[in-house]
Amino acid sequence: MEYQAKELFAKHDVPVLPGQVAETPDEARRAAEAIGGQVVVKAQVKIGGRGKAGGVKLADDPDDAVAKSEAILGMDIKGHTVHRVLVTEASDIAEEYYVSFLLDRANRTFLAMASVEGGVEIEQLAAERPEALAMIPVDPLAGVDAAKAAEIADAAGFSADVRDQVVTILQQLWTVFTTEDATLVEVNPLVKTPDGKIVALDGKVSLDDNAAFRHDDHARFEDSAAADPLEARAKEKDLNYVKLSGEVGIIGNGAGLVMSTLDVVAYAGEEFNGVKPANFLDIGGGASAEVMANGLEIILSDPEVVSVFVNVFGGITACDAVANGIVHAFELLESRGDSVTKPLVVRLDGNNAEEGRRILADFVASAAAVNLEQVDTMDGAARRAAELAAAGK
Amino acid sequence: MAIFLDKNSKVIVQGITGAEGTRHTQRMLRSGTRVVGGVNARKAGQELDFTDFASDAVLTVHGSVAEAMDKTGANVSVAFVPPKFTKDAVIEAVDAGIELLVVITEGIPVHDTAEFWAYAQSKGSKTRIIGPNCPGVISPGQSNAGIIPADITGPGPIGLVSKSGTLTYQMMYELRDIGFSTAVGIGGDPVIGTTHIDALEAFEADPETRGIVMIGEIGGDAEERAAAYIKEHVTKPVVGYVAGFTAPEGKTMGHAGAIVSGSSGTAQAKKEALEAAGVRVGKTPTETAGLMREIFQNM
Repeated sequence: MEYQAKELFAKHDVPVLPGQVAETPDEARRAAEAIGGQVVVKAQVKIGGRGKAGGVKLADDPDDAVAKSEAILGMDIKGHTVHRVLVTEASDIAEEYYVSFLLDRANRTFLAMASVEGGVEIEQLAAERPEALAMIPVDPLAGVDAAKAAEIADAAGFSADVRDQVVTILQQLWTVFTTEDATLVEVNPLVKTPDGKIVALDGKVSLDDNAAFRHDDHARFEDSAAADPLEARAKEKDLNYVKLSGEVGIIGNGAGLVMSTLDVVAYAGEEFNGVKPANFLDIGGGASAEVMANGLEIILSDPEVVSVFVNVFGGITACDAVANGIVHAFELLESRGDSVTKPLVVRLDGNNAEEGRRILADFVASAAAVNLEQVDTMDGAARRAAELAAAGK
Repeated sequence: MAIFLDKNSKVIVQGITGAEGTRHTQRMLRSGTRVVGGVNARKAGQELDFTDFASDAVLTVHGSVAEAMDKTGANVSVAFVPPKFTKDAVIEAVDAGIELLVVITEGIPVHDTAEFWAYAQSKGSKTRIIGPNCPGVISPGQSNAGIIPADITGPGPIGLVSKSGTLTYQMMYELRDIGFSTAVGIGGDPVIGTTHIDALEAFEADPETRGIVMIGEIGGDAEERAAAYIKEHVTKPVVGYVAGFTAPEGKTMGHAGAIVSGSSGTAQAKKEALEAAGVRVGKTPTETAGLMREIFQNM
């Protein structure tokens, strides 16, 4: 979110306007009082287009800041509820620019983008006036020194009166990009105020989750209030889970296979009343009983879920271990007081699949209440899970 | 023949003393791979007994990749080092000039990967890097560098390149009656060393490979670029599969690189690009395997 991006900017000396975050109108008043004069009240959500949606308003004084924050707090912007606003000094703008650093996947390097035509959506600028957007590759080893920053600024055509300031800011933003392990650092707009100062008026930073181990302070940027409650619970249990909107709960091993499982279920669902996969859940290579139990617990507590499809290809993990995991998961859930009533379809293939299937068959035979069936193929099992979901819907 | 890895490959393991390194060294040895040593600077000089897995496998832990190569003649390294040490491990292997480096480690910061990739480039790209966050490469019946189960299938005429580990296993299993020259898991990270295109180029040049299966997934534009490459340069039949049609925008689906951003990186766009290049794309892994089998039946 903007205020978090600006916090990281300020930490690395990128000039930003003074501002404070407010979660209530009263806090907005205090922020406006502290800043003094006209302020801007800006909705803080992880989505663009806030201005057009009415999420950014000018306030003349602290009373007006209260009124404006009352209007904005609680507002829905493209499905994102506004829980907080940023109150900043109102600034007159002489000119608007754009600068960013990002990961360039295709070329396996970093990229600087800059334009003296800022303030618009960058995708729009890139599509409509690509000649106005300078794109300069940045060698990850060499980084951005004064000379590289000057190359970027000159390619974008910054005028002489602001060039030195822009060159400095580009180096500071590069420091944000590298020391914070960002995959995107974007300032849009970067503005020139009437007195000639360059300020980052709005910005966005995307951080690399894989680098969290060396940034203890990044956890606080996660927006737990905005996260889906099931996703939040799954995260607590270290499960790789994404909530979707559908009826067939999915558990699988390996990201690619699980993505594929969602697709295969969606295809099968076309025949059965349009049922869809309810989630992505990758239990990884290990697939221990506890992970399986935690995964099943999350999925079964999703009220939208009607049937569950467990799709495992035993690679390193043998299918007998996975089968035992499923059996123990049932026992664990029973002992936690959650009996499993929704039907499960299980497909086990690969390493020790026959033994795994036998374990599950014995388990089903031993307990009449267990609603579990096995199908040998992935496509067939997906069909059956979709059929059960459609029947129970 | 095969690509990247064959029966003459001599493999060392960086991080051989860790739990994963030890476990997979055992598995590689058991499948007949010539694992000739390990690397861990802090445990240099130790002798590790793997004779339960290959009769003559008493492996020395060397202080560096360069030393291991010097003492053993190794030309392949498989890295199982934790994410925070992976960049240094890769740079060490590149400096030693190893031919092939397979980076299994998952969860490496993308800045580290971008740096070690740039470093390898700056040293003349003498080291082929596969991964990171990949299952490795296997030439069935010859050698196995990584974590792909060796007993799914045997040698044969199909070449496989995939971003996903378990989908690689699934596809090898589906086509186990035909067999594989080499299967390469290139990994699901946003920045990877060996690409689909690199593997396609090698399969095209490999006389033993007569058909190619290419597995992609959402995120980035590697599949679109591979499609363009196939159209221009690949004469062998290629069938494709793309995972992630149902993935919502802006959500990372397990693999760090598997994310649809706006309208880019969608499975549909990748499928269309591949089909436009003459690649038949299956709706499911099983259907894709069926397309490959059909091609072999008509050969």
